[in-house]
Amino acid sequence: MWLDKLINALTSIRLTVLCLALAIVLVFLGTLAQVDKGIFIVQKEFFQSIIVISDLRILNHKVPIIFPGGYLIGLILIINLIAAHFKRFGFHLQKIGLLLTHFGILVLLVGQILIDHLHIESSIRLVEGESKNYSESYTKCELAFVKISGADFDIVVSIPESYLYKGNVIRHPQMPYEIRINEYYENSQIERLSGQSNERGAATLGIGASLRVIPLPPITTTDRRNAPSAIIELIGNNVPKGTWLVSFFLDDGQTFNVGNEQWQMFLRPERYYKPYYITLLDFTHEKYPGTDIPKNFSSRVKLTNPQTKEEREVLIYMNNPLRYGGETYYQGSFDPGDDRVSILQVVKNPAWTTPYIACALVGFGMALHFILKLSAFVKEQKKR
Amino acid sequence: MKKWLSYLIVLLLGLWVLASLRPPAPRNGFDYANFGKLPALLNGRIQPLDSVSRNCLLQIRSKPSVRLKNGETLLPSEWLAEVLFNPSKADDREIFVVDHLELLGLLKLGEGKQLVSFDQLKPHFAEIEKQAQRAQQVEPARRTTFEKQVVKLYSGLVVFQKLKNSLYPEEYGSLQTAITDLKANLGSGLEAFRAKESNKEFNQENLNKLVQTLQKWEMASQMAYPRLILVKELKQGNSQWLSHGEVVNQIIHNESLNLPRAIDAYIAMNVAYQKNDPNGFNKAVLDYQQWLATNFPEQFSKSKSESFFNNFAPFAKAREIYLLAFLFACISLFNLTEWLRKSSFNILALAFIIHTFGIIYRMTLEGRPPVTNLYSSAVFVGWTIALIGLIVERAYPYGISVLVAAVGGFTTQIIAHYLSLTGDTMEVLRAVLDTNFWLATHVVTIALGYGAVYVAGLFAIVYILLGVFTKRLTKEIASLLNRVVYGVMCFAILFSFLGTVLGGIWADQSWGRFWGWDPKENGALIIVLWTAIFLHCRWGKLVSERGLMNLAIFGNIVTSWSWFGVNMLGVGLHSYGFMDTAVFWLIVFIASQLAIIGLGSLPLRFWKSHPEQAYSQTPNKSPQTE
Repeated sequence: MWLDKLINALTSIRLTVLCLALAIVLVFLGTLAQVDKGIFIVQKEFFQSIIVISDLRILNHKVPIIFPGGYLIGLILIINLIAAHFKRFGFHLQKIGLLLTHFGILVLLVGQILIDHLHIESSIRLVEGESKNYSESYTKCELAFVKISGADFDIVVSIPESYLYKGNVIRHPQMPYEIRINEYYENSQIERLSGQSNERGAATLGIGASLRVIPLPPITTTDRRNAPSAIIELIGNNVPKGTWLVSFFLDDGQTFNVGNEQWQMFLRPERYYKPYYITLLDFTHEKYPGTDIPKNFSSRVKLTNPQTKEEREVLIYMNNPLRYGGETYYQGSFDPGDDRVSILQVVKNPAWTTPYIACALVGFGMALHFILKLSAFVKEQKKR
Repeated sequence: MKKWLSYLIVLLLGLWVLASLRPPAPRNGFDYANFGKLPALLNGRIQPLDSVSRNCLLQIRSKPSVRLKNGETLLPSEWLAEVLFNPSKADDREIFVVDHLELLGLLKLGEGKQLVSFDQLKPHFAEIEKQAQRAQQVEPARRTTFEKQVVKLYSGLVVFQKLKNSLYPEEYGSLQTAITDLKANLGSGLEAFRAKESNKEFNQENLNKLVQTLQKWEMASQMAYPRLILVKELKQGNSQWLSHGEVVNQIIHNESLNLPRAIDAYIAMNVAYQKNDPNGFNKAVLDYQQWLATNFPEQFSKSKSESFFNNFAPFAKAREIYLLAFLFACISLFNLTEWLRKSSFNILALAFIIHTFGIIYRMTLEGRPPVTNLYSSAVFVGWTIALIGLIVERAYPYGISVLVAAVGGFTTQIIAHYLSLTGDTMEVLRAVLDTNFWLATHVVTIALGYGAVYVAGLFAIVYILLGVFTKRLTKEIASLLNRVVYGVMCFAILFSFLGTVLGGIWADQSWGRFWGWDPKENGALIIVLWTAIFLHCRWGKLVSERGLMNLAIFGNIVTSWSWFGVNMLGVGLHSYGFMDTAVFWLIVFIASQLAIIGLGSLPLRFWKSHPEQAYSQTPNKSPQTE
């Protein structure tokens, strides 16, 4: 009895309409919320969530919002769609278009959930002539310890951002010492000490002795990133005693000795290493004559893969990415201060084909459905 | 006889359109229309001087024309000729508009809207600059009205100043004086320079004079706005646009006084202009055009075509004819005479032909698909509405579709007109947008989707207004409208969905992000979801016929939000800029649609006519089979 009711409810077209209506309200609220919160937070809070618990500023009043999130609505829609097809539709040749359309929507919804979870974006900044075998995260940082071995390779121990919090002690078999995080600032700025005698540096060792850290609120927009800093301490035998300042702003690593080993530490954007190298051969930045309006950017790169012995040149330009090794390289941006610098956007997205398939299915399905209905309608008109 | 009349009206309208193809008549003998055809390079594209002057005027006074205090008007190119050939006169023209109270107070200009000249503003330059530079620090969306006005005035002054220095350093007063001065100082100056270089005795005064002259050109060259001098590059023979400063540099570099043909031509025009010799001026323009036609046929033909397009103004013409079609359709709807309906149809068809001609002409001119910016989207959405209206009217000749098409065509062209006042409507496209494939697929399908939703909404409005206010909503008409709204909604969801997903695919192609929940994307998604709701409500028979009509009208709100509303949020990658007055009109529009929905929700006893009144109050049986 109650099962029948549940099945009826799950397969009902009323549920479809309810979900669509809720989706509209959600998307609308999510658009409004972007004005204050920025796109990044809104994506997480509104669209990639089960329940939205947030607030919206309307005429300078904060209005709390509790609403079904994007995943919840999407999930119910998926269940409703599949259930309705089993329960109500059956298979008719007349309805093949509808079937294709709905199947396409399903691919789109499922694909979008997959993309949310599998999609990784990073970037490579290259000066002409430079080669790199890694890209860097836009948002995340890592604390890296590099053992200078003098050989062809260095040993790198990289600690992801999630381990960096006050009081955490980190050990790693490759490191003959432990690291304690005394302070961690998600976003910060660093400043040189003004030179007054009562001022003390952020750390006791390294460059941190002459700098101080100003904590800043975390960034919420997509066009800027957090610049973290941390105060850390090394624990173990033969390590320098004292605290170190590591910061996003300190590009050069700080060197220290542990016994006769030489190590360097960095707080830098998280790196994604690849089994191949990208070399920037030439970057061109074309402008419309007599203006600063960009017309086209293009990067001629060389792709070198020692494993497969591949070596070839590729031209990457606007709307024409390079797809290689499960990743896609886009012409991202440029450095306004240096016309030899190209910034490539690197996207790893195993589900990238789903929208293409969905688009084809839905487009074809809808067109077919409407043509079939239209011809039936015209026939009927003629009969009259 | 009456059938004959309906064709006569269209014939007369056609003649009116053809008559306007003639270029504007010469003023005091000066053929400014012809002068306006000369090519120049501005904002990265070749355009006729006519467009240069219109685009500059838009920046200076938000209108592409000059209306003087005495009611007299100057043609855009007439004004440009004055700016270039007699700048001190142009300084005296009251072309700057100041109407903000605080700004008027700041400039001590009295009350009410004021037209002021460059000369009148001169004493206040320092103050305007100070205020504007402070205001420019503020994010555009957060500026107060005063800040916006002062920035606008300041940038207008800058544009005017730049324009005056585009042919020669303004202080010379004319090109010929400037060139004569250059020639006079060049020989002796270079001689002194060479003597100094080889440590011989040299004339310091001559050297100083040359340096001063060159400094003047250099300063002016940095200001120069359009590039007016078209030459062939020596090495490869490519055509190249130069500013006058670059020409002077070449002269110094080559030590030869061979001036480019363009300079000679502009000297001839300038001399004749100052002597008030129209024949000389017209001849100089013609001679230069002949030279351009042989040496730079491509560039000249492009600028001529655009100048023709500016003069013809097909979208403005179509707008007026749509209005006429609307009036005829209104009358025919109540008067029920076939010849009036037929006339309204024919008039609409004429407007549509001109509209189509305009779109195709613009596409060829730009080498682009029909929609490239917000302005052209308004032009194209109007075209879509008119097209669907014409087709439906052919199938169901009740005069209603003409009404819908005419309202849609007219309103969208009004919107397009106001959007055209924000700047160059054929501006070059930034790198990511510079792709005809995606513009042709994504942008065009989205615009088709907008058009279709509006058509459905307009038909639904007709349904409700006819029912509430007239006795004309018979069973036949009601079922017709119901079917049309449904059919058009099917088109709407197809195009909106495809357009939205294609946009995602474009984003995936250009930066690897299929969907980013950007406001413009969200707007498009809401349209798709809304049309889906409409269709599912109909298929599931969840709401009555009137309910469906109300849903379709709400589609107008949803589409307007997606088309314009999201741009007003000032966030997102797709922002076109902030539009203040548009916010007001959007709110008015939304309120009007809500009011009509309110009417549609009135109990049937308040309706003057409705098919269900006659029978019973049971939910309607839709004549459309599922």
